[in-house]
Amino acid sequence: MRNVGIDIGSRTIELIVVEGGEVIESKQADSGFDPMTQAGALLEGVGYDHITATGYGRHLFELALDVPTVTEIKAYAVGANALFPDVQTILDIGGQDSKAISLNGSGKVAKFEMNDRCAAGTGKFLEIMAHTLGYSLDQFGVGALEAKNGMQISSMCTVFAESEVTSLVARGEDRRDIALGLHRSVVQRALSMLKRVTVKEPILFAGGVARNPCIRLLLEETLGANILVPENPQMVGALGAAILGGKSG
Amino acid sequence: MSEDYRGMWENLGLDLVAHDALLEVLGTGYGDIYLAQNDRPEGMGYFDFVMSEVHGLRIKELMDEKAAGRKVIGSFCVFVPEEIVRATDATLVGLCTGADFATDEVETLLPRNTCALIKSAFGFKLGKACPYLESADMIVGENTCDGKKKSYEIFNELVPNLYVMDLPQVKSVEGRALLKAEYLRFKEAVEQLTGVTIDAERLKSGIEIVNNKRKAIHRLTGLRKADPVPISGLDALLANQISFYDDPVRFTESVNKMCDELEQRIEKKEGVFSEKTPRILISGCPMAVPNWKLPWIIETSGAVIVGEESCVGERGARNLTDDSRDTVEELMEAIVDRYFQVDCAIFTPNPDRLEHIVEMARHYKADGVIHYGLQFCQPYLMEAMPVEKALEEKNIPTLRIDTDYSMEDVGQLKTRVEAFIELIK
Ligand code: SF4
Ligand code: SF4
Repeated sequence: MRNVGIDIGSRTIELIVVEGGEVIESKQADSGFDPMTQAGALLEGVGYDHITATGYGRHLFELALDVPTVTEIKAYAVGANALFPDVQTILDIGGQDSKAISLNGSGKVAKFEMNDRCAAGTGKFLEIMAHTLGYSLDQFGVGALEAKNGMQISSMCTVFAESEVTSLVARGEDRRDIALGLHRSVVQRALSMLKRVTVKEPILFAGGVARNPCIRLLLEETLGANILVPENPQMVGALGAAILGGKSG
Repeated sequence: MSEDYRGMWENLGLDLVAHDALLEVLGTGYGDIYLAQNDRPEGMGYFDFVMSEVHGLRIKELMDEKAAGRKVIGSFCVFVPEEIVRATDATLVGLCTGADFATDEVETLLPRNTCALIKSAFGFKLGKACPYLESADMIVGENTCDGKKKSYEIFNELVPNLYVMDLPQVKSVEGRALLKAEYLRFKEAVEQLTGVTIDAERLKSGIEIVNNKRKAIHRLTGLRKADPVPISGLDALLANQISFYDDPVRFTESVNKMCDELEQRIEKKEGVFSEKTPRILISGCPMAVPNWKLPWIIETSGAVIVGEESCVGERGARNLTDDSRDTVEELMEAIVDRYFQVDCAIFTPNPDRLEHIVEMARHYKADGVIHYGLQFCQPYLMEAMPVEKALEEKNIPTLRIDTDYSMEDVGQLKTRVEAFIELIK
């Protein structure tokens, strides 16, 4: 049985093919301005028995191809469980949204929280701030780790934070210190979300932001816990959808 | 709605262009959300008709009432006792506050972070789009939440006939005394407005009309315990919403007639959704016409709503007024007793509401509760946290939603609601 899971997110699309419990193929593309075409292109030449869609674009996909769908929440729970069978808590920080999920003993979702409409505390926030400080996204977390004293950034809103950063730069502050402050504010936001669902170990950290070493370190420090990061943190949702094998939520 | 009403609307001082735009949006929304549902009870035909004539025939009826010397009183809260209004043959209409309108103008008078319900009331006034507001001889405001209480100071500048009722915030002996004093003052004001003196017979008949309406609603809600559910939550909500402005006697008959049909459905095990569909109880802020956003999201995501712990729902309609007494004084006491049980979040502390939510969840066999709070509504958003905690301690899954009337968060809400439904399945 060959099953495909496709996660159509606001920034990227991931596709995974699973056969006999093994991942045999995984692909990724930017969502761009026309995610359906992008998703169609990813799917080209991929043979499968079942397909399940997840992510914010799942319903468009469902309409176009009449495939079953599952929410990101459930897809992440299933995917995380497959990667680390005893995982209890999931934190996902993606391009434009973030979520915290707690699982019960049998890997089912017990409770979840999602960020509200704004992009504060998500990958988008980090991306804009990296740009403002002249970092590439890859180097942003590395730069922040070099800071001596992190600055306090008081604005959570992307627009306000950007002007706050600009004025700190103008004041001659070290950009590494500003970067650390920004990373701390993202972690603060993630923590308050996590605490609303309860934080039990093992904790899995997923989503594009899980690639950022500074965020990972700050999370571990503040939680006083080890954090599991999958090899490809952006694939957890697609993996979960693939495992569901044509069953909808 | 036919063209015949344009003259009437013009006489009421409506802005015809804005009003046309409103009716158009309303019509489209109604079609997409209501008429698109499957297997609706035939009895909903009446409510579809009332809805289609919401600014037409019903307003004409009210104008006819007025021409015959009877009054129309508008209200924003279920604390305004309809029994007293009915006792003078006047009509009480709930003013719709369920859509954004003329928001840019509203925000010249109110802070942006005011709840959508209050903004909506202002919007309909400033945008000259609500024929109910314009036909009312008296508009009753009430000192409930801070937002409403302070906004009435400003609303008073916009309308010539605002009457503000004070309300207690604590369920104490003093609180009840205040409610009683205010109901007596209101009775006098209504008597003065209508020129009718309320005697025991009139008050009894007012109570009877309103009680019958409530009994019909209780009958309807009781039928929603069945699995499969014979009526959608959207349709039941609509009936509740319409109870606020329809003719009460006709409304009562129509609900009862629909209940006969629903009973037959239950006997035949027919429902709007299949058996074992996940059942949701909604709890929180009132949903006024045409605020159908969250129920629509829920019922197009694979669940059915089996009850509303809301003022447009069971919080507003539960409990009858005792009509067994014979003097005006005693009947007024009974009215005070009935309303003093309303467990609105403006009361502190407010343990009754919590108990009622748990009781409703059990009674309607809900698999989960969705707490609906309007953004910037302090009373309900503050209660949401303890409500969630208490329900989860009783193993009743709970999802807290705060939102407003805009459509921009629909995608996100849908994800949350779907994930919640996956969780309770
Ligand atoms: S929620 Fe409170 S203030 Fe609002 S209508 Fe109900 S009783 Fe009145
Ligand atoms: S929704 Fe909340 S803030 Fe708005 S009027 Fe009602 S109680 Fe007040």
